[in-house]
Amino acid sequence: MLELAGVSKHFGGLQVLSEVDLCVPQGTIFGLIGPNGAGKTTVFNLITGLLAPNSGRMSFEGQDLLRQKPHQITRLGIARTFQNIRLFKEMTLLENVVVGTYRHMDYGLPGLLLGLPGFRAHEARARARALELLAWMKLDGKAHDLADNLSYGEQRRLELARALATEPRLLLLDEPVAGMNTGERAELMAEIQAIRARGYTILMIEHDMRFVMGLCEQIAVLNFGKVIACGGPDKIRSNAQVIEAYLGRDDEEHDVAPSAVVCANDGDAQ
Amino acid sequence: MDLQNFWDVYGNLVLTLGTNALLALSIWLTLACGMLAVANAAFMGIGAYTAALLTMKCGAPFALSLAAGIIMPALIAVIIGLPVIRLSGVYLAMATLAFGEVVRVFILNAESWTGGAMGLNGIPQYTQWWHVLLAVVLVLLALWRVRASKIGRAFDAIRGDETAASLMGVDVRTRKMQAFVAGAAIAGLAGALNAHLTFFISPGEFGFDKGVEILTMAILGGTGGLAGPILGAGIITVLPEALRGLADYRLMVNGVILVLIVLFLPQGIWDPARFKRWLVPKKAAHA
Repeated sequence: MLELAGVSKHFGGLQVLSEVDLCVPQGTIFGLIGPNGAGKTTVFNLITGLLAPNSGRMSFEGQDLLRQKPHQITRLGIARTFQNIRLFKEMTLLENVVVGTYRHMDYGLPGLLLGLPGFRAHEARARARALELLAWMKLDGKAHDLADNLSYGEQRRLELARALATEPRLLLLDEPVAGMNTGERAELMAEIQAIRARGYTILMIEHDMRFVMGLCEQIAVLNFGKVIACGGPDKIRSNAQVIEAYLGRDDEEHDVAPSAVVCANDGDAQ
Repeated sequence: MDLQNFWDVYGNLVLTLGTNALLALSIWLTLACGMLAVANAAFMGIGAYTAALLTMKCGAPFALSLAAGIIMPALIAVIIGLPVIRLSGVYLAMATLAFGEVVRVFILNAESWTGGAMGLNGIPQYTQWWHVLLAVVLVLLALWRVRASKIGRAFDAIRGDETAASLMGVDVRTRKMQAFVAGAAIAGLAGALNAHLTFFISPGEFGFDKGVEILTMAILGGTGGLAGPILGAGIITVLPEALRGLADYRLMVNGVILVLIVLFLPQGIWDPARFKRWLVPKKAAHA
């Protein structure tokens, strides 16, 4: 479904990704893991068109992703959430999600200015869909609150609802459970499985090993901008290179601190 | 004082309020997208000179002059928008400010057409009170509809987070361009109406001071809704009349007011969110 071949990216003299090959098959939950600063978020930024690769090819369902603008890539059917949550804080939850339905609102200026039936039908459908997605994420009770007033876990769920509102076929999740407690994690794990069950393909970056191993059918490990291993959870767990590069070195994998460091690093990279 | 008397004395002020409201709404459009573009005075000037020259030199009917006064600044906005829309924040403000100065100096130096610093004299007074009223009502209606649509939401999203908006499928550059061009068109309409109201226009009216005044109107009133710019235009138009003795200090007073508003009412006077908080104090305490 999504294919990256020989993708490289450098910022000035800093080689962030070199010759990354990645193939996400349709209908899977695919995990992208790796130590802090390995270039995971950069991969997402390349796929969604926020950055352009220096070399390599990227395609989605046979369509070339190179030189496409972010909004065009969204329209092809790729949506994402952000590691450092990016909601529209001055809008209500409902408005946030309705923004996501943007590309499906097909009405012209006259319909809009005169409030024609077509315009009203589209608006009503978008609101209904947004409420449905909010209910799915158990946020429908707060639909008319401002997004700014949500707890951290709720904000992540709202971002997920907003991404789903674009009706993607591939969903990119950048550390979906960072900052969530154990209960919230278990809940989100079930929700992600439910999302996949509805036919979405999911590619996610995550630090929580239990979460990744429990959820992903395929995992790629990124270290210093290179894919060092790719396969099922068991294969990854027993891969010596992975253990050395990642699992063996990280003493505090369940701590919040490492992901906070990544936040700062990737903030610079963007 | 009866109505006729009132209109004789204050008619011009009321109509100026109308054109100022249009100008405030024109800059509201770009502010709604999170763009600090301050070329609206220049677009107003382009509209005013285009319309006035058509009327005076070509004897064009008023409707045609008005249409040209809308289209000309919109076209120029497209041309300068292409490079300038990429900029954001202070850089966009600088670029649009510089453009405004270019327009003013151009009008000043194209003497054979525009009369230079002496201005254009004897513009026929075609603008009727209902023209201004109709223009304000139509623009308000159109913007109100746009605000309630996907375009309005796209504007809000762009103001909130450009990157996130683009990943929601919003074509950020196109939407910004549309806001910029529509703002220029509305400012041009205000200029064209104003030119056929005041008999006389000169380049000084469309300079830096006017640009800041337009911005002040929108910020003072509040950009969270359409009522804000109208309210701001009302206050900025009426205040110097109300404080006639201070008229010489008007700009200074404007500045002081702007500073005070930014300090104490950062969302402007008209702020629906604040009104809601006043009405439901309990909820605010929880939030």
